Amino acid sequence: MSEIKVSGLSHVYSADTPFEKVAINDVNVEIPHGQLVGLIGHTGSGKSTFIQHLNGLLKPSKGTVTVDGVDINADKTTARDVRFKVGLVFQYPEYQLFEETVYADIAFGPKNMKLPQEQIDERVREAAALVGVSEELFERSPLELSGGQKRRVAIAGVIAMRPGVLILDEPTAGLDPAGCRQILKLICDYRETTGSTVIIVSHSMDDVARIADRLIVFSKGGIRFDAAPGEVFSHTHELMEIGLSVPAPALIAQQLRQQGVEINEPVYTDEQLLAVLLKLGREAGINA
Amino acid sequence: MENIISIKNVHYTYPGDEIESLCGVSLDIKKGSFVTVLGHNGSGKSTLAKHLNAILLPTEGEVLVNGISTADEDRLLEIRSTVGMVFQNPDNQIVANVVEDDVAFAPENLGVAPEEIRRRVDNALRQVDMYEFKMHAPHLLSGGQKQRVAIAGVIAMEPEVIVLDEPTAMLDPKGRREVIDTVTKLCREKGITVVLITHHMSECVDADRVIVMSNGSVIADDTPEKVFSQVELMHREGLTVPATTQIMYELNGHGWHLPLEALGIDECAKQIAKELK
Amino acid sequence: MLKDITLGQYFPGDTVVHRLDARTKLLLVIVYIVALFNSEGWMSYALVIAVTALSMAIAKIKPKSALKGLKPLVIIIILTAVLNIFYTGGTPIIEGWIITWEGIERAVMMSLRIILLIVGTFMLTYTTSPIALTDGLEIMLNPLKKIKVPVHEMSMMMSMALRFIPTLIEETDKIMSAQKARGADFDSGNIFQRAKALLPILVPLFVSAFRRADELAIAMESRCYHGGDGRTRMKQLKMQKIDAFALILGALFLAAVFVMKKFGL
Repeated sequence: MSEIKVSGLSHVYSADTPFEKVAINDVNVEIPHGQLVGLIGHTGSGKSTFIQHLNGLLKPSKGTVTVDGVDINADKTTARDVRFKVGLVFQYPEYQLFEETVYADIAFGPKNMKLPQEQIDERVREAAALVGVSEELFERSPLELSGGQKRRVAIAGVIAMRPGVLILDEPTAGLDPAGCRQILKLICDYRETTGSTVIIVSHSMDDVARIADRLIVFSKGGIRFDAAPGEVFSHTHELMEIGLSVPAPALIAQQLRQQGVEINEPVYTDEQLLAVLLKLGREAGINA
Repeated sequence: MENIISIKNVHYTYPGDEIESLCGVSLDIKKGSFVTVLGHNGSGKSTLAKHLNAILLPTEGEVLVNGISTADEDRLLEIRSTVGMVFQNPDNQIVANVVEDDVAFAPENLGVAPEEIRRRVDNALRQVDMYEFKMHAPHLLSGGQKQRVAIAGVIAMEPEVIVLDEPTAMLDPKGRREVIDTVTKLCREKGITVVLITHHMSECVDADRVIVMSNGSVIADDTPEKVFSQVELMHREGLTVPATTQIMYELNGHGWHLPLEALGIDECAKQIAKELK
Repeated sequence: MLKDITLGQYFPGDTVVHRLDARTKLLLVIVYIVALFNSEGWMSYALVIAVTALSMAIAKIKPKSALKGLKPLVIIIILTAVLNIFYTGGTPIIEGWIITWEGIERAVMMSLRIILLIVGTFMLTYTTSPIALTDGLEIMLNPLKKIKVPVHEMSMMMSMALRFIPTLIEETDKIMSAQKARGADFDSGNIFQRAKALLPILVPLFVSAFRRADELAIAMESRCYHGGDGRTRMKQLKMQKIDAFALILGALFLAAVFVMKKFGL
């Protein structure tokens, strides 16, 4: 079980200098175990600062972060342990690969946990299987792999620590549509198999909306919306105003409503839009 | 309209590779047009882009820019100042610590007189709406701003064509919009030919022409409406089509009669509403 | 955080010091260093400090940012002070102690010398754009071209290095965070363990630096870079009356320090 509780969290960069900047201000959030949360906001909204607090990489200027009821900043040992409980995959994680072989790179995290050799081996194989990296690649250099494979190896490197919470910062950045789909599928599968909490940070709504249980929208260092995707996307106008894009199906549905088509349920994915329109089509006798 | 670039049966194999990255590509690009090139990773689209300003030379066939072959070494600078290039990672193409010095880099290389460089730099920065940032340090700008500085750096050469190789891949939606709006404006208002290489379908919607590449060949080349109507083809290539086309395609599979050419959200909604009434 | 390092960074401004020709400033820094290393008495130190403070005031550099620039070098300064305290002979402050009055005086002077050296050169990079600086160097070293020294290439490399310092610092920060998230520990263990702990940072940093260099080379070629031949400059360096004035002041300053040295002040 990994329950995250954030209360009154604020972070100020370069405090007491001319460059002082409040990155996040008084953020309160609770994330129960097993949820898939989409964390959305444009660059500079504070979302990256926020997630680095969840695994203790940044210390709060004010407020507390507790994981499983333990204040992670209470002392030095909890601060290091929490990194194994809350796994953080940074943007472009392939840039962190450094070992000579894929196997050794995935094993870096478990090794830092000072686990016995058999357990490390078990976790490496398990993590590789979860992200779809075949064992034939284990002895290859990570630098020889394709872009998509590198990213999977890097994600495996974090998963291998068996964190109760997995946070991914822009996991699909820079990939082509096929690559994006594969990574998102991998994340869904991972959550299905392990039941862990997953937090995906993104500025592209379309991808995340499809799979998230809950969306948290950051703007100007605070939480602007925190609700189910359908509810969040009903605020089309506000979302566009804070510089975020709204999934096209939501926009089409909104246009249809304006043209007098009766759509009452929330619509933000292709599948939902299709289902709604097919229902209407059946009523109108269009469907073949 | 005349052709500014002619690609004639170009083949290219990277040194040490066995498979061809381009297998006989032929294209003509009209002056002043807005062309987008789509394709999955490894489809050869970036390799093609690097042929347009003689970074790569064809192993077979030829590329003509304003009638000059890119293999003509004596006229290399003429070719590169005619076809400007913007790349994916904004950090790796900015050469100076101050925005205006960076924009001046290309005209300085071309030996332009100092007063003329000043005029071009100011003008280029105004065109991308970055004039007020001219004394800023580039590493403190946002991704979209950096990419606009990179575009200004190219405009300062006064090129006839700008080729952009996935310029928005590393940007957030706001930065993406800034860059696309800027190049669209340059094309429509200044008549600069734009060749935009991208993964994002939404960036192709307003183009005059969409070229789809796969395994080193052109497999579709038409207006966005016509190209995206070929939904099966796009899916086979691992590409998506705009959400509008997708939904209409699926509805048509259930016996609806929607025109797949309706790419815009408004247009698409209008067609669906019409069908329902 | 690494990002807070201000050493060697350029801060655009519009003061007299900012407007001086880069060559003038380069010469003045040389004058300053020569003067500093020829200061032996407290009087000459007082003069150098006064000149430094005055120039900083004219250039509108806040003492705070200058001090911040010193931060990464604190260890070197302390080390110098300690060595001087223990290795200078003379009258012990307490009978039988190794620490002498002369040692303390020398320690203070040597630390001051390093601080002033850093602050002086910091002023150069603070007020001069790297492009102007490398241009200035290139022009001053131009005569060396005759003996086949690749002056243009060297100055271009230097300006690229300056351009990429902030980018690489930012990148190092990112890689460090990413490895920390995987449990890497940079703060404990003996010196060998610590050196080994740097590998997860250095390898990715090098890999990415090579990739950057590659992309940068293509981007520069695309913007018609073809070496120094036939290159022009938007901002041409031009010596003005104010430069002559500054150089005369610099010469007077140097002369004063030498006179003081002669009289043991």
